[in-house]
Amino acid sequence: MKPTDTSDPEYFHRVVDCQWACPAHTDVPEYIRLIAQGEFTDAYMVNRESNVFPGILGRVCDRPCEPACRRGRVEDKPVAICRLKRVAADLKGEFRDRLPVIPDISNGKRVACIGAGPASLTVANDLAPLGYQVTIFEALSTPGGLMRTNIPAFRLPGDILDSEIDVILDMGVELKLGHRIDSMAALLGEDWDAVFVGSGAPRGKDLQLPGREEASANIHIGIDWLESVAFEHVKEIGEKVLIIGVGNTAMDCCRSSLRLGSSDVKVMARKPRDFFKASDWELEDAEEENVEIVVNHSPKEFVLEDGRLVGMNFDQMEYQVDDDGRITDQRVIGERFIPADDVVLAIGQDNAFPWIERGLGIEFDKWDVPLVDETTFQATRPGVFFGGDSAFGPKNIIWAVEHGHQAAVSIHKYCQGEDVFGRLPVTMNLSSRKMGIHEWSYKNDYNPLERRLMPHVGLTERFRKLNIEVELGFSIEQTETEVQRCLNCDIQTAFTDQLCIECDACIDICPTDCLTITGNGPEEDLRQRLKAPADNTDQSLFVSGPLKHTARVMVKDENLCVHCGLCAERCPTAAWDMQKSRFSFPYATDEDEACRRRNLRSA
Amino acid sequence: MSYRPKPRIAHPGLKKNALGLTRRDYEGGMSTLCAGCGHDSITAAIIQACFELAVEPHRVAKVSGIGCSSKTPAYFLSASHGFNSVHGRMPAVATGANAANRDLSYIGVSGDGDSLSIGLGQFCHAMRRNLDMLYLIENNGVYGLTKGQFSASADVGSKAKKGEVNEQPPIDPVLTALAMGGTFVARSFSGDKEQLVPLIKAGLRHKGFALIDVLSPCVTFNDHEDSTKSYAYTRQHYSPALETDFVRPAEEIMADYDAGAAMSIELHDGSRIVLRKAAPDYDPQNRGNAFAYIKDKLRDSEFLTGLLYVEETSRDMHALSNTAVRPLVDIGWDELCPGSSALPGILKRYR
Repeated sequence: MKPTDTSDPEYFHRVVDCQWACPAHTDVPEYIRLIAQGEFTDAYMVNRESNVFPGILGRVCDRPCEPACRRGRVEDKPVAICRLKRVAADLKGEFRDRLPVIPDISNGKRVACIGAGPASLTVANDLAPLGYQVTIFEALSTPGGLMRTNIPAFRLPGDILDSEIDVILDMGVELKLGHRIDSMAALLGEDWDAVFVGSGAPRGKDLQLPGREEASANIHIGIDWLESVAFEHVKEIGEKVLIIGVGNTAMDCCRSSLRLGSSDVKVMARKPRDFFKASDWELEDAEEENVEIVVNHSPKEFVLEDGRLVGMNFDQMEYQVDDDGRITDQRVIGERFIPADDVVLAIGQDNAFPWIERGLGIEFDKWDVPLVDETTFQATRPGVFFGGDSAFGPKNIIWAVEHGHQAAVSIHKYCQGEDVFGRLPVTMNLSSRKMGIHEWSYKNDYNPLERRLMPHVGLTERFRKLNIEVELGFSIEQTETEVQRCLNCDIQTAFTDQLCIECDACIDICPTDCLTITGNGPEEDLRQRLKAPADNTDQSLFVSGPLKHTARVMVKDENLCVHCGLCAERCPTAAWDMQKSRFSFPYATDEDEACRRRNLRSA
Repeated sequence: MSYRPKPRIAHPGLKKNALGLTRRDYEGGMSTLCAGCGHDSITAAIIQACFELAVEPHRVAKVSGIGCSSKTPAYFLSASHGFNSVHGRMPAVATGANAANRDLSYIGVSGDGDSLSIGLGQFCHAMRRNLDMLYLIENNGVYGLTKGQFSASADVGSKAKKGEVNEQPPIDPVLTALAMGGTFVARSFSGDKEQLVPLIKAGLRHKGFALIDVLSPCVTFNDHEDSTKSYAYTRQHYSPALETDFVRPAEEIMADYDAGAAMSIELHDGSRIVLRKAAPDYDPQNRGNAFAYIKDKLRDSEFLTGLLYVEETSRDMHALSNTAVRPLVDIGWDELCPGSSALPGILKRYR
């Protein structure tokens, strides 16, 4: 293998698994260290810089960081990253003085954002400090988008949502509530410098089966029904409820049903548990509330008696699953009737743009979804940008935030007459964490503690009202423990081959056998020859240049490194050093600074 | 050194041996030697060898004298017996222990000071008795614990850290062992575990005194330019004469050997060592030739390494002394001591 180029930010970025997995690249280890030091406001601001809504995401983020967490590979359970984010948000002090100053004089550019969800709010958050006049159009009477209408208040309280949205609105962003955009042509006819579409994926999928029309009074589309519950248009539901589908929306539907008076809620899944789309923790929370999840039942028909829904018939399924966990065959082994007073359909959602006229230069693909560039988020018509669920279909809040950041960069460059593709690169800074002969400015001891569990409101108490938040948040003791579980993957093991005397000290001391000095070879071959099996090909191998005594190479399998720094402590020549990597992901404000510098230079 | 013990966390894919133990189960306490010390690598090699042999830790006794080297038994096999004895007197303690319990495996760790200066007599007599033990000399050419004075193994012309030149000829432990009748004589290097681990395994299984002289650079006092025991110098003047493979009893010899250059030697327990000769004219079973060859190479400043001499048919201390087959510790007091009524009969034999 060629020597690894660690000056390329991507190499060390991949080592920080959580940050690499986070669509918005939140600097997780850094904010966990700040929480450990009791610097909650600093921790909140590290979060806010990348994910904008730490209080919201600390409760309901989809947490791609957690399955990626190295701790989950070294032990069993990952660090409770999302819970710690909430700790920072719950305990933060005054932070508004740390927000960017909004210029008194606008830069004269006007940007229209459609839909007041996380994507549009992020665009506003990034552009308002640069002097843009941002106007957000929202069809409903409150901002927040799906964060408000589809996430029940017992998971995400309204006041948390309000406070984080208000921070952005207070930047001088104009919010037009109850203002549905019915015509893109009309909007484009107005005097806007750029238009951002962040209107989500607002159409819940329907299930056309026999009896659907006749029983429509008791069949509800999941996301519409949740919205009606959120706005208190729906206040009750039948005794027996079936939820069709087993994604996160289904989990919100079943738990909401319990709070609206139903006593028997079943979630009906077509496939076995391994194929569920819902996050594990959402499944756990629903099952804790005695929701029954029924697998291998494929909906067949709605059953009516006297013109009223009484239940559904299902095909009972059997699946052949191969060693890789893929379904190779399926067959129906029977039929089953399950009684129900109401049925909620939570089987997915689609984008819907009936309000965008064709012929405006905004091209659509064969599924009637607009063509959007994956880097710039620009539609085929310059000056029109998409983000959040409306760009590439339903994802989640953290993806919407990242789309918003990137769209804001594009909008800024577009409005300044620059090429939207000419974006600043990601950069990296490395700085040693060595303080003394065996002292590091981070806590490098491996702490064999188990993941803390989130305390919940009691099972009877939580059903008294619809909006009692179930999760209480970590206590101080739980926080103190959980922060010690972070492995500090951002404190990188940096190797200088010219200094190595091949004494083997690092190899002998490494607790997880990450290191090997051996002859070089192709990657597949090297992976076989290391001190411990390097089977996880998702994780990189570091390969040094030839070592000066024997021309062998130092190889490090990044997979299970616990960043304990013992290699660097045992190294007699400081060939190993522990260095903190800090990545800079360019936002609109960085593009703005770069633009100013360019203009100054040319002037 | 580091100020923290190695965390107990391990690679989840760590292999287990026949006893169900992992390599980590053979570790000991935290090393307090300097970072980069060759001795720590030798410790790791012992751990690896004991793991691969599936040695039962409680059937091992570790013995040592005084010096940096003699601290190391604390860093491996924490579940074994151990005795840290007086300077240079480890062979006497090991002899006593072995006399009382011949069934344990004995690992003695000594240094060039401990074995070649204060303990030279003890070292020679242990070989003369062919005491059944593995005896490792962690040889760095200096007294590291007392700030780097030359030891008895320092080469002529080697410079100390502050610049003094050594003028006295060294005592070479390998040549000494050959002269004293050593039955298993090897030399290796702390930086070459591929060679060292099979040697330790073979040494542990050899019936008799197994000496391995391990060149082990002192990073603090003897790793500079003009040192003849530095990592760089050792690698430049390192000449493997024989590559040793250790094959356990009833295990098939899997590797493909060139018939002319490979020789297989069976050990007492049925395991075999396969020696692959790098130098065709070298015979590791001819004491005189081996002595001359090694001496020639030393004159050319080359450290010949590998299993340099082996004699598996020799008798160990117990055989020479005609002692009981059962370990003395297992023999009851009544049987062990014939009592005062038998004493006159015994004394009568000497009248």
